[in-house]
Amino acid sequence: MKPLKDSKRTLLKPHLLSVEELSIPEIDILLNKANFYADANRQKGKIEKTLKGSTVITLFFETSTRTKTSFELAAKRLGADSIGINASTSAIKKGETLIDTAMTLNAMHADILIVRHPDSGAVKLLSEKVNCAVINAGDGTHEHPTQALLDALTIKRNKKNIKGLNIAICGDVLHSRVARSNILLLSKLGARIRIIAPPTLIPKGIENLGVEIFNNMEKGLINCDIVMMLRLQTERMKGLYVPSTREYFKFYGLDHKKLKNAKKDALIMHPGPMNRGIEIDSSLADNLDRSVIHQQVEIGVAVRMACLEMLTVGIDK
Amino acid sequence: MKDAYINAKILDPEKNKEFIGDIIVEKDKIIDVGPNVYKKDKPKSYTNVHDCKNLFISPGLLDMRVSLREPGSEHKESIKSGCKAAFAGGITTVVCLPNTDPVIDNVSVAEYIQKRAKEVSKINLYTYGSLTKNFDGENLCEMGLLSKAGVKGFTDATKSIENSAVLKRALEYSKAFDSLVIQFPEDKNLANDGVMNEGEISTRLGLTGIPSIAEVITIERDLRLVEATSARYHVSCVSTSESVDVIRNAKKKGLKVTCDTSPQYFTLNEMAIEDYRTFVKVSPPLRSEKDRLAIVNGLKDGTIDAIQSDHSPQDEDNKRLPFNHAEKGIIGLETLLPLSLELYHNKSLSLIDVIKKLTKNPADILNLEHGTLTKGSKADLLIFDPNKPFVVDVKKFKSKSKNSPFDKKPSQGKVIKTICSGEVSYAA
Repeated sequence: MKPLKDSKRTLLKPHLLSVEELSIPEIDILLNKANFYADANRQKGKIEKTLKGSTVITLFFETSTRTKTSFELAAKRLGADSIGINASTSAIKKGETLIDTAMTLNAMHADILIVRHPDSGAVKLLSEKVNCAVINAGDGTHEHPTQALLDALTIKRNKKNIKGLNIAICGDVLHSRVARSNILLLSKLGARIRIIAPPTLIPKGIENLGVEIFNNMEKGLINCDIVMMLRLQTERMKGLYVPSTREYFKFYGLDHKKLKNAKKDALIMHPGPMNRGIEIDSSLADNLDRSVIHQQVEIGVAVRMACLEMLTVGIDK
Repeated sequence: MKDAYINAKILDPEKNKEFIGDIIVEKDKIIDVGPNVYKKDKPKSYTNVHDCKNLFISPGLLDMRVSLREPGSEHKESIKSGCKAAFAGGITTVVCLPNTDPVIDNVSVAEYIQKRAKEVSKINLYTYGSLTKNFDGENLCEMGLLSKAGVKGFTDATKSIENSAVLKRALEYSKAFDSLVIQFPEDKNLANDGVMNEGEISTRLGLTGIPSIAEVITIERDLRLVEATSARYHVSCVSTSESVDVIRNAKKKGLKVTCDTSPQYFTLNEMAIEDYRTFVKVSPPLRSEKDRLAIVNGLKDGTIDAIQSDHSPQDEDNKRLPFNHAEKGIIGLETLLPLSLELYHNKSLSLIDVIKKLTKNPADILNLEHGTLTKGSKADLLIFDPNKPFVVDVKKFKSKSKNSPFDKKPSQGKVIKTICSGEVSYAA
């Protein structure tokens, strides 16, 4: 499906692989369109089926419920035909046939391929081998651009402006692609980013990305507008990074007491799935005055609609 | 039956001299070398007279760290293709790692490879033996028998000897045969299955990093054992600034330690990975710019004795994978000379010093009678033009595998002819 030649619409990029390669105007265009869809999604019949006749394939080499569903829903809302391929690592052998998989899908003439893969850089590798647009739905511990975009829009809708906000990203930064994408995106948009984590979960050289590092959560939360919690990724932990989840919750889990250090109207975010009682107190997660975790999910669909549109028919300039 | 190579700029690494002169070769031996040793009045007594005006002649290069994949993975490299590639790179002596399949941990495999090499090439080919049986890290190989069979040193190739007691015993035992113990230093636990250097770049790419401390910590422990045993010890593939410092100090103390590095560690840094280029995935990983500069300094001040290619052939299927799963290694035989000459062109080292690190120094470390132009020695010569510009083209490589990140690189310094045992083995 090609964009109209005389169209006022713009294709920003052939693929959406990382936040790192997005420019600020591109981010603005995407977020504006996503914001429109976030409202339109609540009203029936408001959405033009701009992707009618195009094929969207989701190819997930890692398990996922929310991201996969979110993308499939986004595709359907825009009128695309979407198909999901469950390529859990056991079925398609780890990366070894990645290029073969790409070739197979190429032959099926998909318009967009949405890929999640446990290895950093694997989605980019795949994008080099196919003729269609590719969206990175998370590659290893590298990036998860649509999550960062939906987080940015959630913040924008609640706080109006991202510029100048103090945003704390807390927890397992080492294993988190969400953290990397958010650091890059939110600092591009002018926020001040802090990392709060035990030293073992802070990747080397992250300070060069322009973040401030705190090992003490109480201190790190002072004056924060946004508290973004990360899931403790026990499945990626090959060695010992934290002695126990009990100790982790005590020092790095978000509870009412620690949250008092942040601004009074500070919002709580979490990319999901949550480990209740490990990184976040259960009642805080459900507190609708403070937690925007469900908004994140809702806005996720809108952001993904904008991304799909950007890569196929283009977005209004 | 004499050949004369005349009017050449001769680089004699043994005498540490550069002069214009001639080399006379009879059969497989150098019978005379020096200014004006070619007798112009008796041209008929020579079979061939090669005028080498404006060209340099050095001893044929000695590459002390080469993985030939035969036996085991002949589709990546065979002894035959590897030897051809070596000749094309100006190399007349190769020393192979024991990382074949089966591993060179017994006399019969060592003898098989030597016999096979004689069948397919005139090259001087030696092998190392593994230090422990099948690289198990626990049980020592028959160092005595293997030494007797011509094995030139003992190493577990790309695996570090982790167990201190095993290394201590190996060092002690090696003294009985004056064998060389070669360590590939990388603390396995600290390396933590990493795939590149740990730092900002690994964080940005989301790849697991190998901290540079993983290398030096092994060397420091080893040096304690070397001091305690007074054995001969060699470190392969030095890649970090801290390692260079530690080895420099050990040498000052008078320990019998030597070391080498490969061109990738003084020509590239971790930035070369860019967007997950698996062709620069190597072990040890490419390090930071600070480390690269320290390697250059280590070469300059003599801390690093030798340069080897760490030739590691990998087929495309093993490289065109996500970075985590791609095999490690770069082929190096055919780029060893031009990459090493960068040290000369950017004025870090003199030409004779570059050549020494590729000839005399590794020969001395391994007690080999190569890398010299002395009268009576074997006529293994490299005729080259250190200034000739060219573009690296892997398609023209003799090596079966093409995994070089230096493809398309504009370079300087070309092999014109390689002479092995008095015969022209390669001509550009």
